[in-house]
Amino acid sequence: MSTGTFGRYGGQYVPEALMPALEELEDAYERYVLENEDGFLDDFEERIRDFGGRPTPLQHAEQLSARYGADVYLKREDLLHGGAHKLNNALGQVLLAKYMGKERIIAETGAGQHGTATAMAAAHLDMPCEVYMGRRDTNRQRPNVFRMRLNGATVTPVDTGRGTLKEAISETMRDWATTVETTHYVIGSVVGPHPFPAMVRDFQSVISREARAQIQEQAGRLPASVVACAGGGSNTMGAFAEFVDDEEVALFAVEAGGSSLQVDEAAGVAPNSASLSTGSEGVLHGARTKLLQDGDGQIVESHSVSSGLDYSGVGPELAYLVDEGRVTPVNVDDDDALAGFHRLSQEEGVIPALETAHAVAWLEDATPEQLGDCVVLTVSGRGDKDLESVIEETAKRDVPNAPEMDVFGGGL
Amino acid sequence: MSRIPEAFADGPAFVPYLAAGDPSYEASVEYVEALERGGADLVELGLPFSEPIAEGPTIQEAVVRALEGGMTPTRFFEFVEDLDVSVPLVCMTYYNLIYQFGRRETGEPGPEPFVRRAAEVGIDGFVVPDLPAEEAGPLRAACDEHDCDLVFIVAPTTRGERLERIMEQVSGYVYVQARLGVTGARADVSDQTAESLSRLSRWDVPKAVGFGISSGENARDVVAAGADGVIVGSALVDIVAEGVEEDADATTVAERLEATARELKEGALAGENVTGPERT
Repeated sequence: MSTGTFGRYGGQYVPEALMPALEELEDAYERYVLENEDGFLDDFEERIRDFGGRPTPLQHAEQLSARYGADVYLKREDLLHGGAHKLNNALGQVLLAKYMGKERIIAETGAGQHGTATAMAAAHLDMPCEVYMGRRDTNRQRPNVFRMRLNGATVTPVDTGRGTLKEAISETMRDWATTVETTHYVIGSVVGPHPFPAMVRDFQSVISREARAQIQEQAGRLPASVVACAGGGSNTMGAFAEFVDDEEVALFAVEAGGSSLQVDEAAGVAPNSASLSTGSEGVLHGARTKLLQDGDGQIVESHSVSSGLDYSGVGPELAYLVDEGRVTPVNVDDDDALAGFHRLSQEEGVIPALETAHAVAWLEDATPEQLGDCVVLTVSGRGDKDLESVIEETAKRDVPNAPEMDVFGGGL
Repeated sequence: MSRIPEAFADGPAFVPYLAAGDPSYEASVEYVEALERGGADLVELGLPFSEPIAEGPTIQEAVVRALEGGMTPTRFFEFVEDLDVSVPLVCMTYYNLIYQFGRRETGEPGPEPFVRRAAEVGIDGFVVPDLPAEEAGPLRAACDEHDCDLVFIVAPTTRGERLERIMEQVSGYVYVQARLGVTGARADVSDQTAESLSRLSRWDVPKAVGFGISSGENARDVVAAGADGVIVGSALVDIVAEGVEEDADATTVAERLEATARELKEGALAGENVTGPERT
């Protein structure tokens, strides 16, 4: 018997010591989140409004609309407290942990946005919090490391492997296996064992619930397409969830194409994070899903200029929706993502996260037939955390629409 | 037929673990053979996976060394064929490697081709730490088809219906996890061990206790608490790691492994003779 599956994907592939915790979490998810026991959802909605700043705006992007000959709307998750959509899930899970009587929060983070959101939520709800982060990512995302620590969280660098999200997840699972009786693991995306993929989707689906109502009010119609960047897939599933049943709405998941879509098996490296576009079915971190792996089933290291997309797996529900033909996976390489970053910054005055920059860049590649006449694109987060990376990466290449990079030298 | 029952037939079994190919193919063959000379009744051979989420730092580093040394599922089967040992062998690995081997052989992922090949080279059973009973149906079926055992881990947190579900699926022996957490040698053996063993008292498979056993004294205490066997991994992998650090030759490391294995086996045997209140 397998629980929590999406077609052939999902399930619970974890050490036995964690299985009772997953059963406990599944029970809590059903009672508090699905059935609103003890008014959990009312509490959550009040907090995500007053502490989080929801609803976020749906902004008509005038310059992009003119550029692509379609009405382009931006769902501004960058304006959520903390600067990214991650708070929706982090606040939901930390609150749930509180209702469950857990005493401690642990989390993993790649770009640091999920760690930041979890640290903020834990401080808000007065829970101790430890965040695991690959050593390489702590160097790429120093502002978020500071923010987590300012909120009182312990940030623990992980030195194994390439020191990115994959290793941080493995390390957090090890902590959880030791402390499972008192600790809740706030998984940061729609990945991991059941019930995480469904629960995280439910917390994030507020993005598409609001966007769907807002576009109907502002444009008097549903969009022709929804475009969202995809790493693990929490922004993607959040942006798509309430549109999945609207079959006339095309759904595009934009992955990180990195520097190439080819996998170097000998080196154990994929110079991309495009597991929906190029991965194959396998089992990682508690779920059966699409993965970047070699022919033996060893997980290969992913790569993206955006550490928030740099993961070798993807949520099982997205893998299923791609197989079903409901979601179309596309990808954008590092160079184009940087161009997308500068374009949104210059043309709309919105400095996006590098994750979002991938989705923006894909508008340039998309055909008018794909986009249709009305597009909703989620700005998954703001770009402050990425500025050092953007300066460094832009200086390395010829990004035609970038400002003169010399002015960023000397002390920055 | 699986030879695993033989390991538990004559008193408490000593079950050592090593990662196959750590730090090199040739050295690792010598190390496994040394464990048998030291008194191993069954050997758990780790097939390294890139994301060993149930392992602590000691075995994780062993996995990295073995992978860097070129260990793969195909090499693993050659490794087993090259071993000159007569004790039963259990393959300990993560599900994705078992599952993907099917894709390599048939174009479709699935566990049967891996189990078939493993049985051909002399593997008697499997321990798959990230495969709970709920997801184990296809692997259980393949094991039945090829007369292999499927060992499950029972954790200190495993209770009630979960115990029943595992009892229906387990064969060979049950791996009793002595404490919460990941693998790793520790100085003492948890009180949770006796409690865990008492919950399994009516199971008719041997109960082997692992996680944290590092000395002959630990082994004695675990057997005295009612275990049918002791599983020791990290304490032995530590010896391999020390050898790497010191740049010691394989023969020296093999001698150390043999001596430690002997101490652990003697400890287990001593536990059988403990009488009185310690013996439950």
